[in-house]
Amino acid sequence: MAAVAARGCGGVWRRAWQHGAGGPRPSSRGQRAAASSARGAVVPVGKSGLAPWVPVVGLEIHAQISSNSKLFSGSQVQFAAPPNSLVSFFDASLPGTLPVLNRRCVEAAVMTGLALNCSINKKSLFDRKHYFYADLPAGYQITQQRVPIAVNGSLSYSLCIDNKMSQMVTKTVRIKQIQLEQDSGKSLHDDTRSQTLVDLNRAGVGLMEVVMEPDMCCGEEAAAAVRELQLILQTLGSSQAVMAEGQLRVDANVSVHHPGEPYGVRTEVKNINSIRFLAKAVDYEIQRQIEELENGGTILNETRAFDSKLGCTVPMRDKEGKQDYRFMPEPNLPPLILYDAKSLPANMNHQQVVNIDWIHERLPDLPSVTRAKLVERYGILPEHSFALLNEDGLTEFFENVVKQTQMKPKKVIGWILNVLLSYLKQHSLTVKESPVSSVLMADLLNLLEKKEISSTAAKQVLAELWKGEGKTPLEIVKEKKLELIQDQKELEQICQAVIDGQENEVMAIKAGNLKVLNKLIGLVQRETQGRSNPVLVKQLLEKKLSE
Amino acid sequence: MLRASLREVSAALREGHVTPTELCQRCLALLKSTRFLNAYITVAEETALKQAEESEKRYKRGQPLGVLDGIPIAVKDNFNTAGIETTCASNMLKGYISPYNATVVQKLLDQGAVLLGKTNLDEFAMGSGSTDGVFGPVRNPWSYSRQYKEKSVPKSLSEDEESNWVITGGSSGGSAAAVSSFTCFAALGSDTGGSTRNPAAHCGVVGLKPTYGLISRHGLIPLVNSMDVPGILTRCVDDAAIVLGSLAGHDPKDSTTIQDNFKPFELPNLPDVSKLSIGIPKEYHAPGLSSEILALWSKAADLFKNAGAQVTEVSLPHTRYSIVCYHVLCTAEVASNMARFDGLEYGHRSDMNKSTESMYAATRREGFNDVVRGRILSGNYFLLKQNYENYFIKAQKVRRLIANDFLKVFGSGVDILLTPTTLSDAVPYMEFIKEDNRTRSAQDDILTQAANMAGLPAINVPAALSERGLPIGLQFIGRSFQEKQLLTVAKWFEKQVKFPMIQLEEVKRHSHDVFQHQKSASFS
Repeated sequence: MAAVAARGCGGVWRRAWQHGAGGPRPSSRGQRAAASSARGAVVPVGKSGLAPWVPVVGLEIHAQISSNSKLFSGSQVQFAAPPNSLVSFFDASLPGTLPVLNRRCVEAAVMTGLALNCSINKKSLFDRKHYFYADLPAGYQITQQRVPIAVNGSLSYSLCIDNKMSQMVTKTVRIKQIQLEQDSGKSLHDDTRSQTLVDLNRAGVGLMEVVMEPDMCCGEEAAAAVRELQLILQTLGSSQAVMAEGQLRVDANVSVHHPGEPYGVRTEVKNINSIRFLAKAVDYEIQRQIEELENGGTILNETRAFDSKLGCTVPMRDKEGKQDYRFMPEPNLPPLILYDAKSLPANMNHQQVVNIDWIHERLPDLPSVTRAKLVERYGILPEHSFALLNEDGLTEFFENVVKQTQMKPKKVIGWILNVLLSYLKQHSLTVKESPVSSVLMADLLNLLEKKEISSTAAKQVLAELWKGEGKTPLEIVKEKKLELIQDQKELEQICQAVIDGQENEVMAIKAGNLKVLNKLIGLVQRETQGRSNPVLVKQLLEKKLSE
Repeated sequence: MLRASLREVSAALREGHVTPTELCQRCLALLKSTRFLNAYITVAEETALKQAEESEKRYKRGQPLGVLDGIPIAVKDNFNTAGIETTCASNMLKGYISPYNATVVQKLLDQGAVLLGKTNLDEFAMGSGSTDGVFGPVRNPWSYSRQYKEKSVPKSLSEDEESNWVITGGSSGGSAAAVSSFTCFAALGSDTGGSTRNPAAHCGVVGLKPTYGLISRHGLIPLVNSMDVPGILTRCVDDAAIVLGSLAGHDPKDSTTIQDNFKPFELPNLPDVSKLSIGIPKEYHAPGLSSEILALWSKAADLFKNAGAQVTEVSLPHTRYSIVCYHVLCTAEVASNMARFDGLEYGHRSDMNKSTESMYAATRREGFNDVVRGRILSGNYFLLKQNYENYFIKAQKVRRLIANDFLKVFGSGVDILLTPTTLSDAVPYMEFIKEDNRTRSAQDDILTQAANMAGLPAINVPAALSERGLPIGLQFIGRSFQEKQLLTVAKWFEKQVKFPMIQLEEVKRHSHDVFQHQKSASFS
């Protein structure tokens, strides 16, 4: 069911250069346009006919488990530690060492499985996957090939159509499985000295491989699905999921076919290190395959790397041709047995077992639930709730401001998203780094709400607050004399002066062109440097003009 | 003194008849004069004396750590020992000094045992003769016993020494020879398909393979993880029980050890077997079983019958598939376990530096002998995607059938199975090397490997001397985790048969020729 819903996504592609910019997905075509038209000239027009292409995108995502120690050893897990400083005997595969499963990693995988609506296998198994590589010390990776810890789940995600925040659709991608496995170390190839340096700090760190079924049809969808997964992982705390630090690694499987025909040959795109690049890489690959096929070429079942500088995918040097991983059960680990409330043996030491129900009861609100609650509690729009969750800490910031001000949440959200957030983005700051705290923000909005300052003045105050000089909004207002002119007589005088100076406009208004009134209001505002209440000004002007 | 049992010498230490240092020095002296046996790869003289000294202080304070305190022991060279070379008798690990102790080694040291050295074996424990290691073959001490000399008629006087010495069996031949030649009071072996029981039988010592999961494998360099068990070699069954008690129990570093607490036990002095049911598996009457072992076997059955035990013939019908099944499972795990030896992190690294891949290939070619390489090749073949179902999965199913055979027999009320341990007594080295390792292993493991497939405890008890004056042993196989019952029966049997003590001839005169041999025996 989920699959059908997801596929009917209008993911029918045509070649952008044949059908013009008005094609179904005009966005993100910038770099492609040049490449397409250059090659497009070679292709006889019409050869391809008008048969549309259906792109199919599936994802394999490796999420590093957030845990103090590695999956099978006591070594610490830490990003950017000195090379080979976090390596136990087991991690270096010293002969005679044995794996000991880290309970925390199991719990993280169960949590993630539950959050992704998976069925959790009460018995799962570990396998060895063999290949020789310098950063894989044992010559095999311990993974869950036969029976993974979680299977058959789904992930709902939303994306906006044509980049319009107001038009959001919700889609679902099926989760095939989640498996626990070891991370590898890192190899650094020094070509000039023709040597390879190996850092085993990462070797043996716990990973969750989340396999998404090919239910997506474009880069935007893949990006939205991964973004939602990332938020879920971060909410659960099962992974920090920072792509830049390699805690979330996404490989995309991409193919195209004509409707009604079997799926095309797929390629695997690797080396994608941000969500933005994921969208680009997938869209590039789809377009590349379409062009290749329409040019009479074939698609090879190959691994390609995304080159973020060139914005394209290139074939990866195939390590050893077709790999036979010679899977084998891991004999040193008994089957991983999980319990639920029903199957939990009475005399079992609770420290030694993982209870699925216990974890289920303690799951935090997932992003989708949090969003729905925000919409309901504060009367904000759904797209606002997305924007709030999209930024780490922004929801809390918003809620704190709401708590401390009389301003309606619906108005507060505008200040948060349009003013605060854009400022933060401009300066590449996180919410936590914001120089304006929620308390100051609330104070400011209170001044506005109590009509002590105008919104223009509020923005001026905010500009001062950014400097982080420790002044309160009220101090700034006083210092800069930004409070609204409370003296009606003074304001009347200013209004009169404006009217006197704008004869033509006054004539126009009197002739019935009421729009011109706004210009006069604006002039009064300018005259008062934003310190006048526009509603009051309007009243005064109208009164004077009708005299 | 050196011929005493572990229990006896422990009492002597407690009573002050001998000090740990004296004991250690005497063992070291005998060890040196029996170097030609090639039982030890590394002798840790310095650390052993230091350990003995520490032990002596404890005895002087009146606070020995227990029955093992001050007892000289030896450990097969496939257990990691911190600070002492661990080679697996392979070029791959020659010179390798592990940074940690295997759990079993640590436990022995924690209880005050004195580690004399590391014993010889087949390379990576792959073999049944202790002849296929890079440090040369181990010689069976019985080759130099009065018993053997009197019965074996030398073809000519000059031929005597070099052509008549017999193998120890293996792969824990070094450990068996060490215990048998009185250089230590107990030794650790490992047992994957019979590697402890087989040399125990050939060397006339007790060899115990405990239930899989009872003793930690952490630090044992694996052959087949799902079958490997640390083995115990001692002079008598009581000693085996003592060592078992000091080693058994859960190890957080080995997830395959059982969680239940293990209670060390003492065996009754007058064991009673009258209420027992002894099973004689007919399939163990295998082709090639020597007539004298067959006779010994039935004599043993009669002993039990006469003592009031119920003795019945039972059937383990899948035993005959055991060899081929073992071959597939063993080589598959070997292929996997050996993948880590790539020259990067530790061990031998070839000078070849054209590329990482060529370095791997050269390292592994130089580091492993033909036996190891052969098993890696077969194992990888069985694990290939196209072969996995047909070989590996099928072998796993057969393994289950073999294990079920035992379950059925034990379920029918049989307590202990009585079988031969080997098909014949030890053969001369010159005979032994006529066949290749694979053929020999297949033949020699036939009576022992099924217990490994099923994870069951089994023990070799020396029973008699053959016509040639060499030891023959019988095997008892028990129910999982029923070591106490198994050892009780073994002890009873041991008392009945009164196996003769080895009478080692003056050994010094053999000393010179062994070193020549050692050099020539190295593999290229």
